[in-house]
Amino acid sequence: MSTRMIGVDVGGTFTDIFVLNETDGTASVAKVPTTRPDQSGGFLDGISQRVSDLSEISVVVHGTTAGTNALLERKGATTGVICTEGLRDVLEMRRRDRPRTWGLRGDFEPVVDRRNRLEVPERTLADGTIRKPVDLEAVRVAARQLQAQGCEAVAILFANAYANPENEVAAVAAVREIWQSSHVSASSEILPEIREFERFSTTALNAYLQPEVSGYLDRLERALTSGGFDGEFMIVQSNGGVMAVDTACRLPVRTALSGPAAGVIAAGYIASSAGFDNVITGDMGGTSFDVSLISDGHSMLSPQTAIDFGMVVRTPMIEITTIGAGGGSIAWVDKGGLLNIGPESAGSNPGPVAYGLGNTRPTVTDANVVLGRIDPDNPIGGKLERLDVEAASEAIDQHVGRPLGMDTVQGAEAILRVANSRMAGAIRLVSIERGFDPKRFAFMPFGGGGALHAGAMLKDVGIARAIVPRYPGVTSAMGCVIADMRQDFVQTINSLVDQLDTNALTAHMQAHVDQGLVMLDAARTRFESRELSFELDMAYVGQTHTVSVPLSVRTEKEKVLPPTAAEIEAAFDAAYEATFGRLLENGVRRILNLRSAVTGLRPKFDLRALAPIGGCKPEPRTKRDVHFGTKWHETAIYDRLALPVGTVIQGPAILEQPDTTVLVEPDLQARVDDFGNTIIEPSENLS
Amino acid sequence: MSEIDPITLSVLSGRMEQIADEMDATLFRAAFNPIIAEAHDASHGLYHAASGDTLVQGKSGLPIFVGVMSFAVKAVIEKAAADGDLADGDIFIFNDAHIGGTHLSDMRLVRPYFRDGKLFCYLASVGHWHDVGGAVPGNYNPAATEVFQEAFVLPPVRLARAGIINQDIIDILLRNTRLPQSARGDLNGQLGALDLGNRRMDELLDEYGAATVRSALDALGHRAEALMRAELDDLPDGRWEAEDYLDNDGITDEPLVIRVALEIKGDIMTLDFAGSAPQCAGPVNIALPTTVATAYVAIKHIFPDLPANAGVMRPINVEVPEGSLLSAEFPSPTGGYTETILRMIDVIFSAFAKAAPDRVVANAYGTINALSIAGKRSDGKPWVMFSFYGGGHGGSSESDGLNHGNAPISTATIPPMEILEAAYPVMFRKWALRPDSAGAGKHRGGMGAVYEIEVLEENGAEAFLFGERGRFAPKGIADGEDGALNRFSFEQDEGWERPPLASKMRGIKLRQGQAVRLETPGGGGYGKPEERSAADVARDVARGLVAAEAADRHYGSSWREVSQ
Repeated sequence: MSTRMIGVDVGGTFTDIFVLNETDGTASVAKVPTTRPDQSGGFLDGISQRVSDLSEISVVVHGTTAGTNALLERKGATTGVICTEGLRDVLEMRRRDRPRTWGLRGDFEPVVDRRNRLEVPERTLADGTIRKPVDLEAVRVAARQLQAQGCEAVAILFANAYANPENEVAAVAAVREIWQSSHVSASSEILPEIREFERFSTTALNAYLQPEVSGYLDRLERALTSGGFDGEFMIVQSNGGVMAVDTACRLPVRTALSGPAAGVIAAGYIASSAGFDNVITGDMGGTSFDVSLISDGHSMLSPQTAIDFGMVVRTPMIEITTIGAGGGSIAWVDKGGLLNIGPESAGSNPGPVAYGLGNTRPTVTDANVVLGRIDPDNPIGGKLERLDVEAASEAIDQHVGRPLGMDTVQGAEAILRVANSRMAGAIRLVSIERGFDPKRFAFMPFGGGGALHAGAMLKDVGIARAIVPRYPGVTSAMGCVIADMRQDFVQTINSLVDQLDTNALTAHMQAHVDQGLVMLDAARTRFESRELSFELDMAYVGQTHTVSVPLSVRTEKEKVLPPTAAEIEAAFDAAYEATFGRLLENGVRRILNLRSAVTGLRPKFDLRALAPIGGCKPEPRTKRDVHFGTKWHETAIYDRLALPVGTVIQGPAILEQPDTTVLVEPDLQARVDDFGNTIIEPSENLS
Repeated sequence: MSEIDPITLSVLSGRMEQIADEMDATLFRAAFNPIIAEAHDASHGLYHAASGDTLVQGKSGLPIFVGVMSFAVKAVIEKAAADGDLADGDIFIFNDAHIGGTHLSDMRLVRPYFRDGKLFCYLASVGHWHDVGGAVPGNYNPAATEVFQEAFVLPPVRLARAGIINQDIIDILLRNTRLPQSARGDLNGQLGALDLGNRRMDELLDEYGAATVRSALDALGHRAEALMRAELDDLPDGRWEAEDYLDNDGITDEPLVIRVALEIKGDIMTLDFAGSAPQCAGPVNIALPTTVATAYVAIKHIFPDLPANAGVMRPINVEVPEGSLLSAEFPSPTGGYTETILRMIDVIFSAFAKAAPDRVVANAYGTINALSIAGKRSDGKPWVMFSFYGGGHGGSSESDGLNHGNAPISTATIPPMEILEAAYPVMFRKWALRPDSAGAGKHRGGMGAVYEIEVLEENGAEAFLFGERGRFAPKGIADGEDGALNRFSFEQDEGWERPPLASKMRGIKLRQGQAVRLETPGGGGYGKPEERSAADVARDVARGLVAAEAADRHYGSSWREVSQ
């Protein structure tokens, strides 16, 4: 019997399935429409298209947007809060920010209504001293009141619980005795880190998501099981690692960026297999272009994100920079005569003008259609048999060409030039502005539209080459199969280095390691090895911004050996100097937080399994006129998936596959590498 | 001037904005002091070689600097013209607020950018330093009657000549601050940002050529002007007036009027501040550059999509009589300039609301409430907790005002309570919304806040507050009502007391266990309260944000029929 690993990414439009046959190393993909409102329909439908007997599946890994959507659409559970007296409004007061710098408009509704935020007598001070023990009877009364008010989930949010969780732990125990479900989140369990708004917000959002996300995952798991599945079901986290499904039900807030994170993980693996450890990924969807940077094989992690104004989630996540320039982004000329792209988007419905679903304002995709870059006879989206090129041309004339005194083709070229410059700006932002030289990086477009713009990114930013994965449309699903199992932990320490209690620090590290290893042990999946990593957030006294200080810590049989103060100081100096170029004379060093990660490395499959087999002489499938720069070129069109390894095709050319178009501009060439990726680089004929 | 094609213009506009943004980011990362690093009290941009006008400015800097930076560059242009020896690699530095606007804490660095031996434009960096000498740490001296009691004053001087840094200037600077390490770190950060801007401009001009970039800069100015004129053209012609008051100047308990007449005629707007109070003794004066810059901030809030380019101001006349509070002369103190410019923004909004109520929001809380609590720990080490506090934003045609927002002149976030409690011997008894603080209206204002802070240190502490809106509340628009007054109280052995000057007081002695309480204003309301839906009123009452009696008084009793 063969065994299979399956990755499933549920997106807004499509559910992507990636199936790896572990026995023979072969892989296959499927794409089915996402079902709504219950996504489990498409999920199971997609899997059954490729695997008839679910008992052959060893692992299912899921990248999900269920959590993200519940947050964005405010469709989480009715949630209650029990908090320290005097602090009922922290969630609503945020960090005293505003939605936009200019205009002063807009208000904010927190996910927990003020009526469901109840205060109880208790107070812990910043040094951990209990000033007022928690009144447990008041806690019970509050919990019953919240139940009576219809709350399904509850968050316990106490001041300074990061420093001493005693009051909070007692309150949580009292609530759990009487709460009707397991949907009780405590701030010291979710995020024992200083900064009350960020901790409270993360904890409250976790509670808000728990009923919704755990219900969804439960339904999926039961459906899989009833189909005969007896393997491990895992969920991708925002940090790019996977977690067991029961962990995801307990910590759903960690899935906030699950789907995009899986894509970046896959991109990193594909690029490093192909020999590129430094890669900038660009996921072009209907409304946005999402950029992420991988340096020396490591994704950048950011400590927190705001899902929407005031909805802060603080848990490590793969850093993804988003700009509003996708295929559906609308091109418009402002009152001052300047051409703009987005942020307004026609999305995938109604979508571009050429889809014929009612939009009349030109989009980036319409420009690609008018210039012949997208095949109008094989539409990827919309409902028409053939894309409406005439309507797209008319829209470009009306909204861009005539106001700027240009003909249709010039108007379309102008839209692409401005869109490309915005996308290039996003790449500069994640690379040049953070001190990375883009010339050392490869660009990897994925998602439906990115490969149409790869050549422009090379020119605008000075990147040497682009690498288009063999199946760019299912990258996130593939990432699910590749991702390692990882748990992150944080604990606020808040101590000067010279007053540090290293035993206490070591005890926290050990606790993190023990908890992480328990989770790895409980998993039924196989690990090639295990990794422990530790970082300290540190700064000089007086500074508020910390630097991440990686700490190399010795372990013996999974027992952490205490680091010395001198080692910590040396590690801080190295990290600080690398960040700021100089140290501060006589500066006093302070540790704010400990961050630990426990990772189980999952076996990787050989991407050669995806490479085209055998080969015939590459012949164009057809030819069509495509506009580049200032003129039309007769351009060869190839069936991309049929191109054998080693093929080199000179631009201008277009490589097509069912969900992706790869554009090779006149002075570039495309080469098929050993894995079936397409490498786009300056043409050798020219050099 | 050669015509530039609109597409290259779009591309270059994005590239140059990115240069200014990257200069901002460089300083935020490198700055030592949290006022820059965390509160982003800094700004960078590109300025016209001959006029000093703003060409491009970073998006993440402090809003007030968008208008004020060009005055710093103009001052340097005058200085260089007088000296007659401007060279590539020169860097000027100064903090003189009467020349460059805002207050003395803002250190301005200006660097000419040369291309092929010719001056092309200026690059500038401004950042709020933690301490620049003067009578009180942090330079917020509510009792100052001259700039000399606020900080040391540096006129525009050369920090570098032809690329060689003049160490003498740095030595003078560092000897005049209580925090030399912080000052040195911020100075390095600002120099780094200017270096980066210089490098990025070199790359851009290499790629596009100086002539193309120059035409782009000219075209962007014309475009900004055209956008502003188009907006004004859409508005009705007319003249509308508004006035409001500052409580006092911190010295004498007399209100100070700020008055504006806003006139729109075709595509031109005039803001005439005649009739505003004369220059005063205390630190709520502002210099003319600050006044013009503030008009710009108000306009950009009304028209948020306009670019940060001086072209926007070409169709706008700002008129201020001599000797006014809004055109104060050296050496009048300006440390409390934030309160005055917030009130200016309020009166501009109130006047504009009479022309087009849907285009503005009602007044926000209108005071930064600079509160300092300081003392000595048992080991003798001094501590100072200094922060600004939030309040409600105004209601608008679209929605209620934002609860607990930041000041319109800033984008700074508030430090977390737990960070403050970990750093200083204090405990917040309360950090909450302030019920009944918002102005009633169809869309009510946002709620202000209540902060009650207890001193834990056995040696006690001393507090000072510099605030406003203790006597004159934030105004509603379009028949919306006013928000609540700012209210400050402090605990003494005899009970709670309040300052004689409403929201300004120094030297408040607190024992261990005693507290101060700050209740900040909510925003003004938008539209007639009787037009507010009964369901919204009932919800506010159920949430405890509006008391039942207050709801009856403002909105009538029909909300009582709504079932919750």
